[in-house]
Amino acid sequence: MYVAVKGGERAIENAHRLLAHERRGDRDVPEISLAQVAEQLGLAVDRVMGEGSLYDRELAALAIKQARGDLIEAIFLVRAFRATLPRFGVTEPVDTGQMRVQRRVSSTFKDIPGGQVLGPTFDYTHRLLDPQLVHGIEPAPPAVGEASDASTPRVTDILGRDGLIEPSPQAQADADVGDLTREPLGFPAERDLRLQNLARGDEGFLLALGYSTQRGYGRNHPFAGEIRFGEVEVEFMAEEVGFAVPLGSIELTECQMVNQFKGSATEAPCFTRGYGLAFGQSERKTMSMALVDRALRARELGEDVLAPAQDEEFVMSHSDNVQATGFVEHLKLPHYVDFQSELGLLRKLRKEFEEANAAPSLQEAAE
Amino acid sequence: MNAPTYNFAYLDEQTKRMIRRAILKAIAIPGYQVPFASREMPMPYGWGTGGVQVTAAILGPTDVLKVIDQGSDDTTNAISIRKFFAKTAGVTTTTSTEVATVIQTRHRIPEASLRAGQVLVYQVPIPEPLRYLEPRETETRRMHALAEYGLMHVKLYEDIARFGHIATAYAYPVKVNARYVMDPSPTPKFDNPKMDNCPALQLFGAGREKRIYAIPPYTSVVSLDFEDHPFTRYKFDAPCALCGAADSYLDEIVTDDKGSRMFVCSDTDYCEGRQAAGHRGSQAAAPHKEAAHD
Repeated sequence: MYVAVKGGERAIENAHRLLAHERRGDRDVPEISLAQVAEQLGLAVDRVMGEGSLYDRELAALAIKQARGDLIEAIFLVRAFRATLPRFGVTEPVDTGQMRVQRRVSSTFKDIPGGQVLGPTFDYTHRLLDPQLVHGIEPAPPAVGEASDASTPRVTDILGRDGLIEPSPQAQADADVGDLTREPLGFPAERDLRLQNLARGDEGFLLALGYSTQRGYGRNHPFAGEIRFGEVEVEFMAEEVGFAVPLGSIELTECQMVNQFKGSATEAPCFTRGYGLAFGQSERKTMSMALVDRALRARELGEDVLAPAQDEEFVMSHSDNVQATGFVEHLKLPHYVDFQSELGLLRKLRKEFEEANAAPSLQEAAE
Repeated sequence: MNAPTYNFAYLDEQTKRMIRRAILKAIAIPGYQVPFASREMPMPYGWGTGGVQVTAAILGPTDVLKVIDQGSDDTTNAISIRKFFAKTAGVTTTTSTEVATVIQTRHRIPEASLRAGQVLVYQVPIPEPLRYLEPRETETRRMHALAEYGLMHVKLYEDIARFGHIATAYAYPVKVNARYVMDPSPTPKFDNPKMDNCPALQLFGAGREKRIYAIPPYTSVVSLDFEDHPFTRYKFDAPCALCGAADSYLDEIVTDDKGSRMFVCSDTDYCEGRQAAGHRGSQAAAPHKEAAHD
């Protein structure tokens, strides 16, 4: 005997209770603290802050813990919280030229003013699993040296002095910067919105798209002009006092790609820019972002738009992992009603198909 | 750490105002998709965030809310959304189509006729009826602006040429107020006639795609068809096995592993109402009620 399905409410409650239990895992193992996540899984925290669009290490650590380490779920938690926050205003543009760099490398010049600084990097590590980490080990304290007071100008600015690279567009102080979290996105989208979209975009998606440009789908021959990671000051113009007040400092990674441009009838050949910026230390993300940013400038630079990475509607509509995961995973929701319509239609089509195929053979038999 | 505090019906008043403006514009231009600055909601995109934002923007403290998914008040996502508003807005909730002032739905229109003053809020995954014919938003917006719907008619014609009839079973396109071709959301085409000249206000919210559209009360809604191939409503072979209704949309229930099936109303409130009024189908049993617990 069939009875209508009921009990969903209790099922949901019990499922969430079980989830909390599974999240905690074996209760004989000490519970992980937010400080442990923030300190020891720092790059995960950086990614969640970046794609979550909220610079708050503690909340990102909480999200990662709550999401059981599922970073897209953690990004989603941070985004949903961010959407509820009031806005007091917009900060002054940060000056990455004044960054206190912890790491700074250029692949275009052997030496640069301020020097190349490797900093904390996986680069040149041999990817051998380290048995010393199994039970933990107190690492040697980092090497220290005298801080140089030499400035670290951006490599693209050095190129810019000779006009070899297109000038970076100057900030227009009184022009509004677009914000796709406050205004619905329309196409064509200008570069401010594109960069915002890419900064929030999924690292994996941008990595794949950036990679595709290197393999020839929208190739624009990039050089890593400079990648820098470090702290920058954030300032806010306080109307009451009439000057910019420092709010604190944040860690950023910036990547400036230098790309070929053949020139056009009106413009001399010069290098062009692709730009990537993200919270924390996020090199893969910023490098991918810079490749895709450059590819998306095809329209502006009069290049043919042929490859996926050059197609802004394609890229921007599919880069957001919170949107993507929601829509892909919504296939889990019941679709009984639509499926029933399709079943009905399919049965009808099959019946018609069988009747149509049966008819001639009957006729043949009669003959 | 910032402790979250939330406004009535979750969204802040500025956001609600922005959504209401989009709704008013949508009502003024029936069937036109109004872009709006959809927010990130605490449930996933694709799980009703558009409908939830519309409901949050129109809900008042005296409203009575019903939420259905697949016609049923008891599907998990309907329960989840109903609980969300019970918690964040403290409004009365109901399963009764008659009592509700606001009904949020996914994939169905209730069987009982809606009345003036009610609002039906649809959750919409892909608001653009032309999307599967033309993937670019820039193109489809132009096609709507020019009322250039030939592509859709060609698609329907090709169905007829190939199958002898239009092979679209749900999300069957309609023309609203003789102007805009509109996606009715993935409701079965069985429900399409209910949208026409409906006394209730119908609002459609697509959160991920950031679009709101509307059918004002008593507006003409015509399912696209051809003179020689008129729109036909899907017809079931048998009445509901529980309440005997012959005029409702039915779910197919697989009852064993030997191919046995039974067909019951997808609209659970309608089915239970009929059973309570003494109607019986071929396999009627007292419906099991979930024990109250909080």
